[in-house]
Amino acid sequence: MTTATDPPNESFQLSQLIYDTRYRSYTFQFIALVLLIALFAYLGNNLVQNLAEQGQNISYGFLNEAAGYNINQKLIEYNSQSTHMRAAFVGVLNTLLVAFMGCVTATILGTIAGILRISPNWLVRKLMAGYVEAFRNVPVLIWILIIFTIMTAVLPPPSAFRGEDSASGMLFGAFAFTNRGIYLPAPIWGPGSSVVGLAFLASIFGAIYYRRYATKLLYDTGKLLPMVWPALVILFVPTILIYFILGQPITFDYPALAGFNFQGGIHVRGSLIALWLALAVYTGAFIAENVRAGIQAVDRGQTEAASSLGLRPRRIMSLVILPQALRIIVPPLISQYLNLTKNSSLAIAVGYMDVTGTLGGITLNQTGRAIECVLLLMLFYLAISLGISAIMNAYNKSIELKER
Amino acid sequence: MSQADTSFVRRHMLPEAPPPVAETGILKWLRENLFSSTGNSLLTVASIYVVYQIVVASAPWVLNGIWISPSLSACREILDGEVGACFAVLTERWNQLLFGFKYPSGLYWRPGLAFILLFVCAAPLLFFKFIPSKFLVLTGLYPFVAYWLIWGGTIMIPVFALLGVLVGAYVYSKTVFASAGMAVIAGFTAALIFWILSGYITGPMANILALQPVESRDLGGFMINLMLGVVCISLSVPFGILLALGRQSSMPIIKWICVVFIEFIRGVPLITLLFVANVVLAYFLPPGSNFDLILRVIIMITMFASAYIAEVIRGGLAALPKGQYEAADSLGLDYAQSMQFIILPQAMKISIPGIVNVAVGLFKDTTLVSVISMFDIVGMIRGPILASSEWNGVYWELFGFAAVLFFITCYGISQYSQWLERQLQTDHR
Repeated sequence: MTTATDPPNESFQLSQLIYDTRYRSYTFQFIALVLLIALFAYLGNNLVQNLAEQGQNISYGFLNEAAGYNINQKLIEYNSQSTHMRAAFVGVLNTLLVAFMGCVTATILGTIAGILRISPNWLVRKLMAGYVEAFRNVPVLIWILIIFTIMTAVLPPPSAFRGEDSASGMLFGAFAFTNRGIYLPAPIWGPGSSVVGLAFLASIFGAIYYRRYATKLLYDTGKLLPMVWPALVILFVPTILIYFILGQPITFDYPALAGFNFQGGIHVRGSLIALWLALAVYTGAFIAENVRAGIQAVDRGQTEAASSLGLRPRRIMSLVILPQALRIIVPPLISQYLNLTKNSSLAIAVGYMDVTGTLGGITLNQTGRAIECVLLLMLFYLAISLGISAIMNAYNKSIELKER
Repeated sequence: MSQADTSFVRRHMLPEAPPPVAETGILKWLRENLFSSTGNSLLTVASIYVVYQIVVASAPWVLNGIWISPSLSACREILDGEVGACFAVLTERWNQLLFGFKYPSGLYWRPGLAFILLFVCAAPLLFFKFIPSKFLVLTGLYPFVAYWLIWGGTIMIPVFALLGVLVGAYVYSKTVFASAGMAVIAGFTAALIFWILSGYITGPMANILALQPVESRDLGGFMINLMLGVVCISLSVPFGILLALGRQSSMPIIKWICVVFIEFIRGVPLITLLFVANVVLAYFLPPGSNFDLILRVIIMITMFASAYIAEVIRGGLAALPKGQYEAADSLGLDYAQSMQFIILPQAMKISIPGIVNVAVGLFKDTTLVSVISMFDIVGMIRGPILASSEWNGVYWELFGFAAVLFFITCYGISQYSQWLERQLQTDHR
């Protein structure tokens, strides 16, 4: 008679591979791995056959050939004789430019809208809710196209700026909003401008030092120094003084109408503006919801405790609520930044030459190297995404609640 | 002798005085909600100004709108210099905006019917508390009916597709006792084999109950957006569940396959995946095979959405207390049972808001197919309609229409999900 204490029969049977939980997971993983390898082998085999049929191969040599097309919005030197690699790099910089500008603007917009969404003012609350719902529920592509239409179809042509009593005027005589883009004054760095730059850099450190000093004084002695205006004075007065002492080394090149178009200054194309504004306003609506949720997640008792300590409402917000809300806001904020960066690939819809427009657009069509181009494109976005999330996760860790 | 009693006690109740004017009714509301402080008053005035500007700018444009006119120039003649919209483009190109410009005009009733049936058949799923669960059969049948209505052809193709699904489900249910993961693979394989075999049978039966066939490339307009949205979301929820469970799995190989897939898909923009569907995927398919572009796009968007839904569901799984898993184990349930009866129902409930967010985002992202030259609603507007000589220059009406269409759909979905959350709330507060 067997008893319950009998050791289990250790002899291995083949059926144990399926029925015994100890071995089943190995069987299953083995099958999954085999299937995966089979799938890749099948796809790879198809790829080889298809390429052989069309007389193609996989090669990245095309990157060193002359691109032969022009890019109108560029941050570095580029002409049609440059290589495809250079074109892709111009595109990468353009992507980073619009993503950076978009993230900064979206954060500002979203924070303001998020705080206003819980304001005691009913009308403001409703207006901001309208903004958030309108932008969250309509595709970003449609917003990009709408703003692009404003930039190209509503703004006046450069010819409208001609003459004494022209139909359109330049803002402050320095900014021209035309249907070909926006013209801004460009700074000209004369001799001595580096001194001004250094002075400004030094002022920034000075202002930071002043704030640290004032905070330390407050904690040590309880004496409260004014914070805002001395910092502003330190920041700007020395720089402006040096600027005039050195005889105004930095001048501006103002855009001026010459022929059919504006010359001089910085030319920002309508496609860049449209993409930037649309991405910023669209992502701002999402960030507003994150900010609102973050602030509302801070316990009400925190507000009450702070006001019982005698803090004023603005101080309660900046010293008690926001630091705690930030912890809740940052993780979703990271994914919003990532979304914005990925959405910037919609540039191709308005003809802004980001990396999707150069590498995934014209280069792909000209060379016909679809696999290589799309692979490089994906790797670039993958690297950006992983990079941003690594940086932001490190930041997130630094503001995390230190629990013991 | 008594002292004169000077104390005074009121004998009658005074009539109730009305509260001060500023403390009642609309004035109190105004004061508390709009003018509680100087800053607030300034904000109110600024907001009123913004609203006033928006209304002044848009009201005459909308109210003066022309609804019937053959072209933009005719529209401008009717307006005679006044500000006004030309909504006639919407009435004149209505069918194009909804169905694309190549769908046979005599067959508009078919996608129209499919659209109405969508609501009828989705109702048992959406309002499962109020409609008996046997009507869920309708929901299950809908994809096959809708395919038959929109693409036409013999009814045998959707019938065999349905049979394939049933075969897969049968094989799953017969093997699930051994291992849930292997049962899933076995079910898929069985369905796939059935479909491949049935391909030999449906060929000769092309004329049984056949509707006039419509090519995939003839589809267009808002129909494509709705179709891609509905198909890809419904496909990506089961795939998302599998991926999420795979990512939580204790088996390292399975886990890493899922992690790599999810992180890769989430790291690249949808546009690059659409490029893959458009120009790259054909290289990886067997030589000579001719996959529809729309099918390739559905595959890529489904992969995209599955990765996002997997992350949402993973959040739901992680939010469950560990005790739930242990309780399921201690009842003696195996993995498949504990997932099916204990873990997933709770995890899915937690995940509803996230899934709806993904669904809304995906539905909006279906407009991206216009970039790979498919004529969805945005593609229709930018291509055939704005390029036509009659309607060149009608931007606001068209983009506004598309925006309103998406707004209604997406806002509706998010309102439904909030209602559903309240319905599923089991904790009493």
